[in-house]
Amino acid sequence: MTGLLDDFLVRAALAGIGVALMAGPLGCFVVWRRMAYFGDTVAHAALLGVALALAIEAGVIPAVLAVSVLVALAVAHGTGRLYASDTLLGVLAHGGLALGLVVLSFLPGGRGDLSAWLFGDILAVAPGDLAVIWGAAALGAIGLWFGWRQLLNSTLDEELARAEGGAPARDRLILTLALAVLVAAALKVVGALLITAMLILPAAAARPLARSPEAMALGAAVIGVLAALGGLRLAWIADSPAGPSMVVAALMLFLLANGATRLAARHSGRS
Amino acid sequence: MTASEPLIRAEGLGVSAGGRRILYDVDVALAPGEIVTIVGPNGAGKTTLLRTLIGALTPSRGRVARKPGLTIGYTPQRLAIESTMPLTVTRFLELGGGEDARSALEMTGIAHLAEAQMSGLSGGELQRAALARALMRRPGLLALDEPTQGLDQSGEAAFYRLIDRVRDETGAAVCMVSHDLHVVMSGSDRVICLNGHVCCEGAPVQVSSMPEYRALFGLGTQGALALYRHEHDHSHHGHDHEHGHDHGHDDHRGDAA
Repeated sequence: MTGLLDDFLVRAALAGIGVALMAGPLGCFVVWRRMAYFGDTVAHAALLGVALALAIEAGVIPAVLAVSVLVALAVAHGTGRLYASDTLLGVLAHGGLALGLVVLSFLPGGRGDLSAWLFGDILAVAPGDLAVIWGAAALGAIGLWFGWRQLLNSTLDEELARAEGGAPARDRLILTLALAVLVAAALKVVGALLITAMLILPAAAARPLARSPEAMALGAAVIGVLAALGGLRLAWIADSPAGPSMVVAALMLFLLANGATRLAARHSGRS
Repeated sequence: MTASEPLIRAEGLGVSAGGRRILYDVDVALAPGEIVTIVGPNGAGKTTLLRTLIGALTPSRGRVARKPGLTIGYTPQRLAIESTMPLTVTRFLELGGGEDARSALEMTGIAHLAEAQMSGLSGGELQRAALARALMRRPGLLALDEPTQGLDQSGEAAFYRLIDRVRDETGAAVCMVSHDLHVVMSGSDRVICLNGHVCCEGAPVQVSSMPEYRALFGLGTQGALALYRHEHDHSHHGHDHEHGHDHGHDDHRGDAA
């Protein structure tokens, strides 16, 4: 296994698969709950975490996780009084991103790494990163497995869930924290600017093909894996950047799924 | 009140939101098996009271005691199902935690929609699906917020028969919010007349002659019957009324068929 992990392409593929498996089901909740901009905000602010970690020479992943969680909680609690949630999200997303960029520019040699943090550097994934990604994915899978019905009910209608004895506020917090964990784990793979793409695109591609929430979640995971592997292949052949290539592959699958569904609908409509 | 222990007892209930007092000094108890309707003008706090009683809302003052182990079947005023989630009607029912979706769907008359997607349902169908989910939980209390919204006349009549049948068969109490005075006159055992606080309550026949009730609905000396005839005679062409003509609500969007 260590021999196999020595190959950077194998590590890249495993990292992509791990992120996709986690982002698929979680992305469905992002789509269902209209949290796309929220995901973007956490991801953009994560860059501030990177900058701080490099500045104080701490671990990048713990720092990103800390900033992501803080931003997630700030949005969850600050919404509603003076600002609509998208205003607050905008403040934190752009504020975090800009602050991160400024701090990075002060660091000796910091600028060189910038595009890796913004767009990911999956080919530089180390075995330690793999452990973090798959650990996070396993944690996410366990959480979704046990909380699935409650999470669905809280997503369907918070009021109904509460009347039936659920705790929608707790479920919202769980999903928020899961999103922060995913951002921290996936930052190296797809980068701060494109993490949300791996949440939204596979889930959106799975939507027209699915008739149940479970099918959509599994479909999103499978489509995400295909996009990760397809993107790596594209990067290998065309020498394109790996992170954006994965998102392009996901976009292709999204168009394919929607085109196929349209065609099928038209066909059944004629017959 | 009946001799048996109430399902829910609320004392000194107060709810404020955004500096506005929505409910104050409300004392309410719900007995097993009774059908209670909360009526009142717009903004009277009817929905707030219902939600506070079932625990979907935390009151700012007072306390609500629910009988331990009480199962609540709830239908919100408007079920806002996110159309991005693929979900069949049967699956939606099963997520409520009960068993035998089939018979719940048959009871509410939408068995043919068992495999339909929730996102494709009309307002009335959605209402029935929500009721089916509530029934499937075999509740000790059915809490229904404006349950006949989006139903046509015959659907409304069928709905009240269903509520009666559910109470008789399962012994469930029913607490409804309505601004439809027709409900009050026909199906309820007890009416709670609400306008921030409980103005009056009692059996429908009693309440309808109380001055507080008449003042609240601006009925003057004419009464509900006159109001109903005056407002609605023009709108039903050859409609076969299964219910009495004591239909006095002021907002009749629901019957556009």
